[in-house]
Amino acid sequence: MSDKQLFVYSHQMAAFVARGFLRFDEIVPDEINQAAMSAFEAGGIQSYPAGTPLGECYPEPSPIGAMLRLPQIQGILDSLVGPDPLFDHHANHKRLPNEGKGQGLHGDSIIDTRLHFDLQLRYFPHALPLEMGGTLLLPGSHFRRINEMEVARYQNFLGQIPMVCKAGSILVLHHGIWHCGRQNQTDRLRYMYKIRLNPTVRQLRLWNTDDLDDDSSAHQPIFAGEKRHDVQAILAKLEPWYEAGDGRLEIVNRTLLWRFLTGDEDFDVHYWLTRLENMPENRLSA
Amino acid sequence: MASAQQRQKLLILYLSTSALDSEVKGWTIYDGTGREHHTTGDGLERPYATGMEALLDGWRVIQFPQLIPPYPGLEYSTSFKKNEYIFEKLETIDP
Repeated sequence: MSDKQLFVYSHQMAAFVARGFLRFDEIVPDEINQAAMSAFEAGGIQSYPAGTPLGECYPEPSPIGAMLRLPQIQGILDSLVGPDPLFDHHANHKRLPNEGKGQGLHGDSIIDTRLHFDLQLRYFPHALPLEMGGTLLLPGSHFRRINEMEVARYQNFLGQIPMVCKAGSILVLHHGIWHCGRQNQTDRLRYMYKIRLNPTVRQLRLWNTDDLDDDSSAHQPIFAGEKRHDVQAILAKLEPWYEAGDGRLEIVNRTLLWRFLTGDEDFDVHYWLTRLENMPENRLSA
Repeated sequence: MASAQQRQKLLILYLSTSALDSEVKGWTIYDGTGREHHTTGDGLERPYATGMEALLDGWRVIQFPQLIPPYPGLEYSTSFKKNEYIFEKLETIDP
């Protein structure tokens, strides 16, 4: 078990639930980045059978193992998928120099409607300027029920995020998030390493919940115009690309996942679900 | 002397509501003239603020999104982008 101080806190977990990702810039030391680049350029990283306990993968010396065993990375993984996750697969993605187009927008694997989620950790071992592309993320897309490349027709959305970062940066993604490899318009090869992990424990309050109190789930005034920064406010923040109607349904999706992750079946945001769940059956006595 | 030929340029706009004059949330462009090459994540700014702006700029709507009720049991799930309007312009090219 990692140091709980290095775990994700509730406001970060709420951001993950709302947007489908967390970003950690420059958290991998340069010596590991350099070793990873050398390994990638030498031909790659050994893979393992799907379902292998992560703890049995990447024995020393391994730059990927060194990255995954960093205390801060351990804290992130423990918070999101818990201890002893399983290795699903990994890939060392390369984008060729001066390529003609970007990858089509997609969700990984196949359509996956679980509340339980797999985690995709993406490791950027070298700096990524905008012209080099970077992974393109569509925040808040992870609840949309689509199957892989069916969304490749969509080229651009308001609020999309091209991953522009310094070396040693990490993204952790919900398995459902829409993303793609943006076009690399430089004359240099681009590397990005990803690993998918499956939880082996129920994802229930695995993060540092020290900042989660009773006020977090108390009903609040609706449309009060208050500027708040609590869990409910994080879960209520709409993405710029949402349609007017479906944006509200995304808040419902987030609320259902937050209930699942906290075990608080009464939790709500904006009263969207509580209103629907109010179906009194008690009759007035004469 | 060869005559000019026309090619189709397509603009797909994803709007906030089913109203053509609502806000553009996403966009895709395919250029049949071959002059422009658009791809995923290449746009920093949307081409128009609303669908109506595209109409005023000479784009012809060739598809209005149908309004389809949710499938029973899936009333609260989200999937593909709704409000997908497809526009075209016919552009002249030199043969």
